[in-house]
Amino acid sequence: MSSPLITARGLTKKFDEFVAVDEINFDVARGESFGLLGPNGAGKSTTMRIIGATSQRTSGDLTILGIDPEKFGPQIRAHLGVVPQQDNLDMNLSVSENLYIYGRYFGLSRKFLKTKIEELLEFAQLEEKRNAKVESLSGGMKRRLTIARGLVSEPEILMLDEPTTGLDPQARHILWDRLFRLKEQGVTLVITTHFMDEAEQLCDRLVVMDKGKIMAEGSPVQLIKDYSTKEVLEIRFGSERNSEMADQLRGMCDRIEELPDRILLYSEDGEALLEKIYSAGLHPKTSLVRRSSLEDVFLRLTGRTLVD
Amino acid sequence: MSTPNIRQGSLEIVDQEKIISRGSLYVAQAPLTAMMKWFWMILAIAVANPVLYLLSIGVGVGAFIDKSAGAAGIDGVKYLTFLAPALLATAAIQGAIDESVSPTLEGFNWWKNFLGMNATPISGNQIATGVFLASLVRVVGTVIIYWFVMLAFGALESSKAWLAIPTAVMAGVAFGSITQAIAGLLKDENMFFVIFNRFIMMPLFLFSGTFYPLTSMPIYLQWIGWISPLWHATELGRYLTYGHALTQTMAITHMVFLLTLLALGIFFSRRIFTMRLAK
Repeated sequence: MSSPLITARGLTKKFDEFVAVDEINFDVARGESFGLLGPNGAGKSTTMRIIGATSQRTSGDLTILGIDPEKFGPQIRAHLGVVPQQDNLDMNLSVSENLYIYGRYFGLSRKFLKTKIEELLEFAQLEEKRNAKVESLSGGMKRRLTIARGLVSEPEILMLDEPTTGLDPQARHILWDRLFRLKEQGVTLVITTHFMDEAEQLCDRLVVMDKGKIMAEGSPVQLIKDYSTKEVLEIRFGSERNSEMADQLRGMCDRIEELPDRILLYSEDGEALLEKIYSAGLHPKTSLVRRSSLEDVFLRLTGRTLVD
Repeated sequence: MSTPNIRQGSLEIVDQEKIISRGSLYVAQAPLTAMMKWFWMILAIAVANPVLYLLSIGVGVGAFIDKSAGAAGIDGVKYLTFLAPALLATAAIQGAIDESVSPTLEGFNWWKNFLGMNATPISGNQIATGVFLASLVRVVGTVIIYWFVMLAFGALESSKAWLAIPTAVMAGVAFGSITQAIAGLLKDENMFFVIFNRFIMMPLFLFSGTFYPLTSMPIYLQWIGWISPLWHATELGRYLTYGHALTQTMAITHMVFLLTLLALGIFFSRRIFTMRLAK
């Protein structure tokens, strides 16, 4: 196996007294799709800005493409495609001008950019909007343009910070499809997200972050296997009765989590567990058996849900 | 620092040398592209502004003033001729503020497109320099047009008059570079530039010897002129356009003042931009 593209050891970032990233370690291999999963404020975006060679770390070691971003920021940034959380497009310019000007920041030639822009407009499904002002685009279109912009220099690593936050379900699926294609082409992706479905769809491997620390690491499947059961039974007795019923349910399954509106029961066989509950004479108002997700992993690790 | 040996992927296309030498020009390209979209509007304003001012105050108010001043004139010339170099410098300063403050506030606070630029090999220094260069282009354009309108009004009497173009440009970008640095510090600009325009720009415009010689103001107000780039540029402009009496020492003082301001403005803009982006 070739050496990792990104290696972080004891990576720490403090803002005055506040520790945003707290001694984290991880590697990202070439061609891998690596995710940082965690709630808002977990330190994901700060980690991204450090990897993006724009924000300086407070301590720890970091190498990207074999060199230190603190010493060689511009050299590293030349090989990264960055899609920030906020689409920081130039609102004065049109769609294609945004791609062109951004390409110039990499010193790319006019000739190269001419064909590249066509390719990217097609990729982002924005051919018909090429001359439109960025202001007139929908949220999904702006996002796709920002991603296309990040690809203008054919980066070795594409970094996406919360790529689908704020998009409607249809726009999200279009984006996932585009990102999946990139992954198939062998582009190394580093993605932050607080959506477990996104992490499951896009990441080969991920770290779960909370309060600046890495809580767990592995593939989505492995994490679910390690930290949760195969199935989850969600039942509701009504908010005022949930707590009282939870006490009675304890012992009937591997693990139980009590949320304000529902109770989660962790089991290898959800249907069988539900039968058992009914035969015990308990009658929940609603019940749902589903497969375990990364949300359950996060709940197990932190005692909190991802989206508050 | 030697360039490290980065593994090459599909990325031989990125030209590091070119980015280092021309990065700030690439940065300037974005605001200049945007300006080109408003070309006719910008041109119309650049022409209408001097025509209206020179006509209303220079010729209109000037008619009264010239009558009462008699043959001696104001500083030995018609009021229009006396006033025009001050208005020229004012237009340069206003243009420079517009083109340095708005892109900086957009870049850091509104659209955050500076963060986008900084995610590429472009450095904070290059962004600051690029914004400055774009404002320089705008100021040069504004001043040249203004100068030709002055010529058309017959307000230029000296063979050295063309040199008022570079001195006005210098005053403009010197002031603009300072406002660029200040704008770079603002996290929540709120009313800052509204207050700035009312309580700094307005007094400078009124008390910098713009409409009458600084020396005719009470001495306790003259200091406003001394610290005002507008007064320094106006003094130079009057000397160059109609031969206003100016000692060599004072001419050098005016130049040094403006150049110092410009150097400080560029230095702090670059410093502030770089530090803010590295956070």
